Amino acid sequence: MNRYLIPLAVFMVLVVFLAIGLRLNPREVPSPLIGKPAPAFQLAQLHESGKALGKEDMRGQVWLLNVWASWCVSCREEHPVLLELAKRNVVPIYGLNYKDKRDDALGWLKQFGDPYALSVVDGDGRVGIDYGVYGVPETFVIDKAGVIRYKQIGPVTPEALKDKILPLVQQLQQS
Amino acid sequence: MRATILLLILLLALPFAACAQTAQPMPDDPVANKRAVQLADQLRCLVCQNQTIADSNAELALDLRRQIREQIAEGKSDGQIVDFMVERYGDFVLYRPPLKATTLFLWFGPPVLLLLGIIFLLRYLSSRRKRVEQQPLSAGDRRVAEALLGNENEGERK
Repeated sequence: MNRYLIPLAVFMVLVVFLAIGLRLNPREVPSPLIGKPAPAFQLAQLHESGKALGKEDMRGQVWLLNVWASWCVSCREEHPVLLELAKRNVVPIYGLNYKDKRDDALGWLKQFGDPYALSVVDGDGRVGIDYGVYGVPETFVIDKAGVIRYKQIGPVTPEALKDKILPLVQQLQQS
Repeated sequence: MRATILLLILLLALPFAACAQTAQPMPDDPVANKRAVQLADQLRCLVCQNQTIADSNAELALDLRRQIREQIAEGKSDGQIVDFMVERYGDFVLYRPPLKATTLFLWFGPPVLLLLGIIFLLRYLSSRRKRVEQQPLSAGDRRVAEALLGNENEGERK
């Protein structure tokens, strides 16, 4: 009996490990920035390039930072979700226009709609690097004290919004 | 015809043009250049995950190579530059993961498994040898064996 039980047990352990491995998404690298203060930035606004916006301007409120670009295909996928969220007025979305051309970005917003309270321009992607951006779109949930609480890699899906982002935002707004 | 050949040659030369773009040597300082390449070789590109920043042609890899060069120019040490990357992208950017509680299995799992395998194999072999040695040939078996081997061996037996 033992003769079969031991190989079977070894095999089962292997199956469990492989099953866990199959479920992991190697594209989703956990961000070391979660629970840390969001990196500071001071960038020109997309619509009015003469004006700047910095991280400190959002202090005291919970906000979303959405990294987007007109060349980014998945951004189109999440755009209706963001527009819907903006309409509900629960949390302001600030856009980080990542490595884009100003005219392209403005045209894109005109064509698809603008869910952002404001967008800032990160033309050479330096602020993107500070935020550990590697796959646009990415969305950060930042609390009243300016600490990153959550990072969504890839498009914001309605499920992610409902199950993760909005409950977290509510909880952060109450605290 | 001539135009076609020319076009073919140009097309064949295209990969070299692409390579030339990735190399991007620093014009002046060969030491700093070597450091930049070595650093880029240790860091994983997060876009095409099985390539280093040095190998990858992704936009992000270009930007990160630029970061490395700028920080070298600013006089930062290799450790500081690697820390800069880890702070932003996590341990995942390192091709050589650090030794931590969470990576113990990663580092020591394979040698431990190998050791267990060797111990198992040695124990199995020694137990098998014992089993083989402990069964002397009975008189009956010997007679059967001799009968099977036939007469030619009979003379050699002492």
